[in-house]
Amino acid sequence: MAEAEEPAGDPATASPRPLFAGLSDISISQDIPIEGEITIPVRSRTREFDSSTLNESVRNTIMRDLKAVGKKFMHVLYPRKSNTLLRDWDLWGPLILCVTLALMLQRGTVDGEKDGGPQFAEVFVIVWFGAVTITLNSKLLGGNISFFQSLCVLGYCILPLTVAMMICRLVLLAGPGPVNFMIRLFVVAVMFAWSVIASTAFLADSQPPNRKILAVYPVFLFYFVISWMILTFTPQ
Amino acid sequence: MTMAAVDELAFHEFEEAANLLVETPHAATTCRSDQLTSQDHVAVTVGSSVGYGAEEVEEEGDKTALLQEEKPQPGFWTFGYYQSFFDVDTAQVLDRIKGSLLPWPGHNFVRHHLRNRPDLYGPFWICATLAFVLAVTGNLTLVLAQRRDPSIHYSPQFHKVTVAGITIYCYAWLVPLALWGFLRWRQGARERIGPYTFLETVCVYGYSLFVFIPTVVLWLIPVSWLQWLFGALALTLSAAGLVFTLWPVVREDTRLVAAALLSAVVLLHALLAVGCKLYFFQPLPLERVVPSLQAASLPPNILLPPTQPHPMATS
Repeated sequence: MAEAEEPAGDPATASPRPLFAGLSDISISQDIPIEGEITIPVRSRTREFDSSTLNESVRNTIMRDLKAVGKKFMHVLYPRKSNTLLRDWDLWGPLILCVTLALMLQRGTVDGEKDGGPQFAEVFVIVWFGAVTITLNSKLLGGNISFFQSLCVLGYCILPLTVAMMICRLVLLAGPGPVNFMIRLFVVAVMFAWSVIASTAFLADSQPPNRKILAVYPVFLFYFVISWMILTFTPQ
Repeated sequence: MTMAAVDELAFHEFEEAANLLVETPHAATTCRSDQLTSQDHVAVTVGSSVGYGAEEVEEEGDKTALLQEEKPQPGFWTFGYYQSFFDVDTAQVLDRIKGSLLPWPGHNFVRHHLRNRPDLYGPFWICATLAFVLAVTGNLTLVLAQRRDPSIHYSPQFHKVTVAGITIYCYAWLVPLALWGFLRWRQGARERIGPYTFLETVCVYGYSLFVFIPTVVLWLIPVSWLQWLFGALALTLSAAGLVFTLWPVVREDTRLVAAALLSAVVLLHALLAVGCKLYFFQPLPLERVVPSLQAASLPPNILLPPTQPHPMATS
């Protein structure tokens, strides 16, 4: 215990003094032995695990990434105000979705190069350059979302449209016809709305309030173009 | 109506000052509240060489400077430089679009709506929208035509998106560049009204293309004369906006140059409109409907149109 002059602990009689008034009178003449326990918080333990992922099996690594991607798919399908997509962004999901969509939209070169539907490269370019342009637009308007976070969100929100593409291909197996077209139109329209709502839920909050529409409109245009590519797909 | 004391930061609009400002854009506008009479009056002093400093020293009491102060521009290699071109709100963009849709002889688009704050958001996204809308509605026209006449072969024609994009963007950026260059060359020693900056020219052209977006959508209606009517209407509105904006700058030049410039601008605009109409909305499917309707009782006739050349067309 340090030698200190402490005011007597009698609150009734002692006059009110400022809190640390007596500290200046403390003189420490000997070293104060410090004892106790210091506990390291849990976080530093996981750092040890991170550094040892080099030794784990490939299957573990792949499954961990796939699980992260799958978790984000769920977040897109049931859009809530959560930060998962933004905090742990990754671009694997958008790549998988973009490649799947481009492969499904591609037809054979039966019809000649000029008149056909979009080729693989065209879909790829539209998706990625469209996403980059929207991200740049959002940042230039003063949004506070980072570049890759925005790319991640826009890429993941293509998931409903990829699902629509798969449904359309299945429906087209039944043969063309007006009923066929109506079903496809309905499915694509619903999925388009879903995509726009999902991405707006993540992106709109990062913009200043008087520019929200300016930032959301290009997203609308982007998904509209992808929906049109899906709707006009004919398999012959 | 006292203003200046409390609302120094608010931008107060009133007719007389706005009109005066339009005519003499380099004037300094100040507003002071008169102590004796509780009435504000606006003084517009024209003096481009005096500068703002001297006039501010004269004034005492509250005043509101209606002109923007010059802020130091960041260098073009920084992100902030480009951010200054996107410094617009939703309300401002909508106001500029409305201004381009309804051109009025007195209202100069640059002075009234842009107010020396051009933005790149409008031109860029209006061009993108127009390019995609052209491609999509062109495709839809083909779909609808095929419904009427199954002999037409339908294909998504995705390459038209590329063509549309390149055409619209080249028009909306290269033509203003040429116009701006020409105006600067012709400016000579005139100091009174300088030409517009490059960005303002791009802005004018970009926003003037907006009226084509609903027009292109209306071109889905397969009635030929109605399509040409809508096209002419859109072209008139758009070209009028351009001409009214360019007139104050050009009227100081010789008559010949002014007339030549304005007619060149209108002609290029008309070429764009007609070219888009003919390329993306080919009238072929429409003309095939006529013979098939007339010869409904003779099935072999329906197979004939693909081999018949254009002279069958009734326009």
